[in-house]
Amino acid sequence: MIDLTCRVGNIDFKNPIVMASGTFGFGREYGKLYDISKLGGISGKGLTLHPKAGNDGLRVFETPSGMLNSVGLENPGIPYFLEHECENWETLDTVRIVNLGGNSIDEYVMGAILIQEDYDRRQALGRQAVDMIELNISCPNVKEGGIAYGVKTCAAREVVRQVRQATSLPLTVKLSPGAENLVEMAMMCEDEGADALSLINTISGMKIDVHRRSSVFRNLYAGLSGPAIKPIALRMVHQVAQHVNIPIMGMGGIVSATDVIEFIMAGASVVQVGTYNFMNLRAGQDLIEGLVQFMQVENIKSLDEIRGIL
Amino acid sequence: MGKVISNERVSEQVYLLKVERNDECRMGQFYMLRAWGNYPLLSRPISIFNKSDEGIEFLIQVVGEGTELLAALRPGDPVTLEGPFGNGFPETQGRVALIGGGIGIAPLYYCAQQIPNADIYLGFSKEPYLLDRFSSVAGNLYTNVGGYIVDDVDFHQYDTILTCGPHGMMRAVQTKQQTTGCLSRVYVSLENRMACGIGACLVCSVSCVDRRKKACTDGPVFAAEEVLFHD
Repeated sequence: MIDLTCRVGNIDFKNPIVMASGTFGFGREYGKLYDISKLGGISGKGLTLHPKAGNDGLRVFETPSGMLNSVGLENPGIPYFLEHECENWETLDTVRIVNLGGNSIDEYVMGAILIQEDYDRRQALGRQAVDMIELNISCPNVKEGGIAYGVKTCAAREVVRQVRQATSLPLTVKLSPGAENLVEMAMMCEDEGADALSLINTISGMKIDVHRRSSVFRNLYAGLSGPAIKPIALRMVHQVAQHVNIPIMGMGGIVSATDVIEFIMAGASVVQVGTYNFMNLRAGQDLIEGLVQFMQVENIKSLDEIRGIL
Repeated sequence: MGKVISNERVSEQVYLLKVERNDECRMGQFYMLRAWGNYPLLSRPISIFNKSDEGIEFLIQVVGEGTELLAALRPGDPVTLEGPFGNGFPETQGRVALIGGGIGIAPLYYCAQQIPNADIYLGFSKEPYLLDRFSSVAGNLYTNVGGYIVDDVDFHQYDTILTCGPHGMMRAVQTKQQTTGCLSRVYVSLENRMACGIGACLVCSVSCVDRRKKACTDGPVFAAEEVLFHD
């Protein structure tokens, strides 16, 4: 019997396949195509305290084995999410992660407080819509300062510390590959009481239209994702895993069951799947089936046997 | 999954791909197509050219790696289709004009099949193609080669105008609607780049007068007056 279950902090996942923030909406769209309660978890579209319209101009450009996106954290705001999406989340039998973004520490903290208050209210009624908060200190598209938190450990420390104080929900911090010192950043998060780490976010990239002699994106740079970044992501997960004891949700360019296995071997507890959702709208169920097959062939009974073996 | 029935070159760089598939679909809807593994990364949004008992036809212009692979498909080849997606064109009333430019003519054939006696205006940059098929379903068929097809249409003559074409043409449609002060209901179908096609990724965003909308699920068809066309 193959056991796909995984654990992150004190949260049980039925399998290691978690859908990455920004690629899965709040699950409704994919929920029409397959039963998303089969998934290990979902991380919802990144939310900020106030609604954000996102970036103007072109938002996507395909690159060799990757894509650049410049969505700019378009989202309906946390109050809207709590009011209109959480009821649906209550019905999902999967780990539900709220991705929290912000442009200032106050915004992050206010957001965390709203999520915590909603959680408490529902708990009092015997209900639950959210299992975990994923703190996004790394969105590369928001000019007003999002990048700064993801780059400098000392700036990020204050965000992590204050959000940690604002919520008792399990907290994972999503790290940017653009951090000046990723290992130091990861250790800081552990120090400040994060329960887990999510890495990596997109890598900052660029595309120039040579005829117009300008960047195709209004924001100049955009976030690169997809198989093109997988080797870098895998190395970063491995590196961080050597230095922290908290679990890692590893991600970056996963498009197959063997990619999942690589991240687990590098030390990830679970993985997140992003861009592959666009390439294959049933990515989640295909990866779970693929994992079972791989483990059968390789005679692996539990992912614990191979986790962090490198 | 679908199977290729035929793939015919109808013009320089334009192919008519017929795929075995039977779905309920509306005029102006599209599918996400791919016929390859993980490279290129994204599926390609392609509108429905025609639907019959046999299958669905797609009119595909080769513009890059993905469309090149679609153009190379042979009968019997597998092709992955997700869809149909999008809102499609609305029900029409009264006299109808269909205006298409470039590969934007693609969704208009299926429209014409369902709207008897619609006048069709097609703009081509080079040699026209598929005129026999379009004329078989048109009230009147007008073409323009190398010019601006929108200039050829008297908007006042029509109650409903459905259009599809490149960005500049869609903007010209909007401008003409505003400057002529015509009372026709005018719709534009947009050709934005997409990733998921189902409304999750937010990369196909369209700025509209009230809010940002998604070309894939709120569109691809919009009332011409609601779109804020940027440069």
